[in-house]
Amino acid sequence: MSRAETLPRPATAGEPTVAVDRAPLRRLRRHRIAVQVACVAISLFMVVPIYLIALAAFSSRASLNRFPLSLLPTDLSVETISSFLGSTGVFAALGNSLIVGVGTLLLSTLLGVPAAYAVARFAFPGKEPYQLFLLFTRALPIVVLSVPLARLFLVTGLYDTTYAVILLHTALALPTTILISASVFLAVPRDVEEAARVFGAGPLAAFRIVVAPMALPGIAAASIFTFVMSWNEVLGATILTLSRRTLPAQVLSSLSDSPLAYRFAGGFALVIPALLFIAVMRRYLTNMWGSTIR
Amino acid sequence: MADIRIANLVKTYPGGHERATDDVSLDVADGSFTVLLGPSGCGKTTLLRMLAGLELPDDGSISIGGRDVTYLPPNRRNLSMVFQSYAVFPHRKVRYNIGFGLLMAKRDRGEIERKVKWAAELLQLEPYLDRFPAQLSGGQRQRVAVARAIVMDADVLLMDEPLSNLDALLRLSFRSELKKIVQDLGTTTVYVTHDQSEALSLGDRVAVMRKGKIVQLGDPLEVYESPTDRFVGGFIGSPPMNFLDASVAPTGDQLLIGAQKLTAPSMLRRYGGQEVVCGVRAENIAVDVSRSSASLAGELQVLEPLGSAVLLTVQVEGQQLKVQAPPSFRAAPHSQVWLSFSESTLRFYDSETALALTA
Repeated sequence: MSRAETLPRPATAGEPTVAVDRAPLRRLRRHRIAVQVACVAISLFMVVPIYLIALAAFSSRASLNRFPLSLLPTDLSVETISSFLGSTGVFAALGNSLIVGVGTLLLSTLLGVPAAYAVARFAFPGKEPYQLFLLFTRALPIVVLSVPLARLFLVTGLYDTTYAVILLHTALALPTTILISASVFLAVPRDVEEAARVFGAGPLAAFRIVVAPMALPGIAAASIFTFVMSWNEVLGATILTLSRRTLPAQVLSSLSDSPLAYRFAGGFALVIPALLFIAVMRRYLTNMWGSTIR
Repeated sequence: MADIRIANLVKTYPGGHERATDDVSLDVADGSFTVLLGPSGCGKTTLLRMLAGLELPDDGSISIGGRDVTYLPPNRRNLSMVFQSYAVFPHRKVRYNIGFGLLMAKRDRGEIERKVKWAAELLQLEPYLDRFPAQLSGGQRQRVAVARAIVMDADVLLMDEPLSNLDALLRLSFRSELKKIVQDLGTTTVYVTHDQSEALSLGDRVAVMRKGKIVQLGDPLEVYESPTDRFVGGFIGSPPMNFLDASVAPTGDQLLIGAQKLTAPSMLRRYGGQEVVCGVRAENIAVDVSRSSASLAGELQVLEPLGSAVLLTVQVEGQQLKVQAPPSFRAAPHSQVWLSFSESTLRFYDSETALALTA
């Protein structure tokens, strides 16, 4: 009987067939279109301001004051951006930002990666409180942290140096560096490391040859995250420096008494690293957070 | 190659209350293949990991080839190991993976190349030497892990459930291949598994573990035929050994199972009047639809044709028995069948302690 059912049924004309209800299929299609529309709307919400800033940064100074504002790149020029880069202190601030960013990245990786490895791999007394304690620096507002730090740095002679800002930014970045790197290390299977140990590698060699290469992409993502955080941080950098300002601090402090063109160009210069970060790290970030977005 | 002596090994995991291994002693002869068999949580993997140096014991000692290695780090024990999850290095090509141990031992390039080639040939991995593990199937990855282990000329080869991540068909074919490779190699091997058929088919000796202790150690046939306690009999074999509650008549010459009687084997003479558990394997029970002498009546409940045999579930005096009948055997469910036993295949256990009774 079961064999008969698997044979193709001969098509007999006139036999009443059950009507197929296609409503669920239509509903599915409608749903898909709605999701697409939502995606486009959200993307526009993010992209339009960036586009406007870029447009303004690359328009001539005159066209900014024109009304109505042209929304198409009809009047491209590098006048605005070059005048921004040419204004006093911007290049120095750009340099300071780079020094602070790279310094923060190096220091927080140097301190954070071993801590992350310990949190991920070892059971040690006080592990839970330690992990909680890591988040405490983020619980305090930057202002609360910066003022006593400024006092301390004034006493020790670190005030108004890039080192001071590097130290503050490292303190701010460490929790995320450690937490992200720890999850990266957790994703490296323990028995791969154990296999390396059994086949003759010492603990350091096993880390260097097997664990580090497997963790590198994730750690790179974490460190670039750190760099962008440092690049964007304004408040602490403003409090801890006077003459050696980072770019955001410099832009912020001269914002109120600067022309419109300067503001747009400055804004654009601040947005770029974050955009580069997302472009470069998209793959690793989606991997890291288990998303399957392609 | 070397022998292994494990003496009084005790290990409790931090935070654990029970001992993962409880005073385990085991000698493994040079060149032998020993299987540690037991249900999950019995301590077999812990024992293997202590051999490898991946866990350190709280007490006891391990020596390999006469050298004390109890607290030596893994890289200084001259071992090789195959992991359950393969544990191949995903960021390196197959060639590097296989040669990893030799590379760490700083052997010269020519020798590494020769041995990698030999192992790849043996495990049919030659076409894949320049691929990454991600481009291989699970079975091929496990081949890489085995190749990595056998190029080492290690004193001892450890295997931690190497077949359990493979699908059933592959497991069967790779099992015999693995046995041949290890036989030809002649390395002292310790193999951990929870699969009793793997243990019986691969091992020269089988150590059955339970709750951190070795409950029986012997060659596979001995462990299969004469389990030292109820647990071993119930764990080994598919289907597991049948156990029937019975009592010995006060005279010691009859075995009473419910309202029915069997002639008791002579070894039960001195247990007259005691409650016992009778253990018998499914294939040692003869079944017939008509009454024959000295048999038990039972009701056939389920009949499962397996191709090579028919597996019957028979209820005798309220107790269920699994019986293996010839493939041609047929009977209607709920019909009466007659079971007869050969005396030499019956095993008896104390109903209190579950330990085997001796004559």
